[in-house]
Amino acid sequence: MVVTKPQIVRWLEKVAAVLDENKEYLTQLDSAIGDADHGINMSRGFGKVMEKLPGVADKDIGNILKTTGMTLISSVGGASGPLYGTFFMRSGMAMAAKEELSDQDLYQLLKAGVDGIVQRGRAQPGDKTMYDAWLPALEAMKNKLEDGADLLAALKTAVAAAEQGMKNTIPMQAKKGRASYLGERSIGHQDPGATSSYLILNALLETLQEQ
Amino acid sequence: MKKLINAVEDVVREQLEGMALAHPDLLKVHFDPNFVYRADAPVKGKVALVSGGGSGHEPMHGGFVGMGMLDAACPGEVFTSPTPDQMYEAAKTVNSGEGVLFIVKNYTGDVLNFETAAELAHADGIAVQSILIDDDVAVKDSLYTAGRRGVGTTVLAEKIVGGAAEAGYSLKQCADLCRKVNQYGRSMGMALTSCTVPAAGKPTFELGEDEMEIGIGIHGEPGRTRMKLKTADEITEILALGIIEDGPYTRTVREWDNEKGEWVDVELTDEPFKPGDQVIAFVNSMGGTPVSELYAVYRKLAQICEAKGLTIVRNLIGPYITSLEMQGCSITLLKTDEEILRFWDAPVKTPGLRWGI
Repeated sequence: MVVTKPQIVRWLEKVAAVLDENKEYLTQLDSAIGDADHGINMSRGFGKVMEKLPGVADKDIGNILKTTGMTLISSVGGASGPLYGTFFMRSGMAMAAKEELSDQDLYQLLKAGVDGIVQRGRAQPGDKTMYDAWLPALEAMKNKLEDGADLLAALKTAVAAAEQGMKNTIPMQAKKGRASYLGERSIGHQDPGATSSYLILNALLETLQEQ
Repeated sequence: MKKLINAVEDVVREQLEGMALAHPDLLKVHFDPNFVYRADAPVKGKVALVSGGGSGHEPMHGGFVGMGMLDAACPGEVFTSPTPDQMYEAAKTVNSGEGVLFIVKNYTGDVLNFETAAELAHADGIAVQSILIDDDVAVKDSLYTAGRRGVGTTVLAEKIVGGAAEAGYSLKQCADLCRKVNQYGRSMGMALTSCTVPAAGKPTFELGEDEMEIGIGIHGEPGRTRMKLKTADEITEILALGIIEDGPYTRTVREWDNEKGEWVDVELTDEPFKPGDQVIAFVNSMGGTPVSELYAVYRKLAQICEAKGLTIVRNLIGPYITSLEMQGCSITLLKTDEEILRFWDAPVKTPGLRWGI
């Protein structure tokens, strides 16, 4: 299938709405092992993205994503600002000048973004971070696409894998970020970053499922 | 929550507006993005020092902007790291052409935002170096955590490297000195009470009337242990011995290679204190503890240092790196040499530190 520019814009709008709806939930997760501001910061950041989007909606997809990244970098703060900011900056660079995306493009968009997160945050699998949601999601999506599945089916599998990856962070001991100072006390709590990552990916699936 | 505030969302802005009105001879404040910078910036022929972090630790960092210390400070929301556009705009404003040194406390948010800013500044042709301060011995291992946090040594590094920059040190010399100061400094803090972030409206953590947290971070991060309240002498001994008996500390930090334009991993090992070392002793209030109690701590600290063969050659006592209204204190010991001492003694004129002029 072909992913259009309006669909990418719609995805970002949906992310803003979903993060706003889940503001309290994400903040509550963060209060257990972090500094209780993840939902507030993400909601504020994507609120700013919504202000910027109309100004770039007629630009190419790469430009739209890069603008999203720059906006998040300058408005979110904390660790999630540079991490999600880098995700959208890198995905934007990978999609430079594109007006629409193929199945493979969409995978590359996500892959480039996640590579950016890893490079910026130096996370390893199992560190109890957003990478623990993204890594299984990307692997699942890649395998499905290689098996010849269509984009929606591949993305569905990816979202399921991200959800499982998010839940898998519960028994993990945090080794990155503020939560790492809790040591074993970080065990038993779901990672807020993995949760927002799942929500962002799920919003993409829901967008593409809309007719 | 009882605080001298008007509206929660205006806390940082109104504080900055007050600073600008109070110290027009020393500093200016830029809004959107927010940063405090030297009134006479850019200072010709001088490397510029830029630091920053969440608000709530005053006088650090904005109160250390001025002659002999920082050229700019970037305040985030209370206990929230600032964003890269703040550091980037600050760097552009204070860079005289000799380059900019970022002094960054080791918190994941601060590190990631300053790294992004360094890349932006580099892309703009500004020579940048970035040095991490990670001196909190309460964090024992670096393998399974984000590493030691940046605390008291930050204040001393900003003063000492500020003096060096004023004396004409190059960007590389400033970075090397800053790295050395960080490696020579060790700190540990404790809390008697929690603090309340205005936006949260309730205490960051709960602490019983007869309890204290040893090894607390400056944002209320958990420390090593929670225990029943002890005497000032006993508390001082726990902190001082935690610092003096701390073994070698090895970790990998990321530094910006200004020539290649990329991050490089650098392995650093800090050596423990040893008898015969000369030190600067810094006893700091977390904000709510009065100076009278800090002197009681210093009294015991001086006795312990003497018993351990450490000579205190300079001291700093007062609230310099605070956690809002938290009661408690931190101790920092910094091994010195001729170079460090020379720039510690050099003149400084900022709202928070002032001597020699």
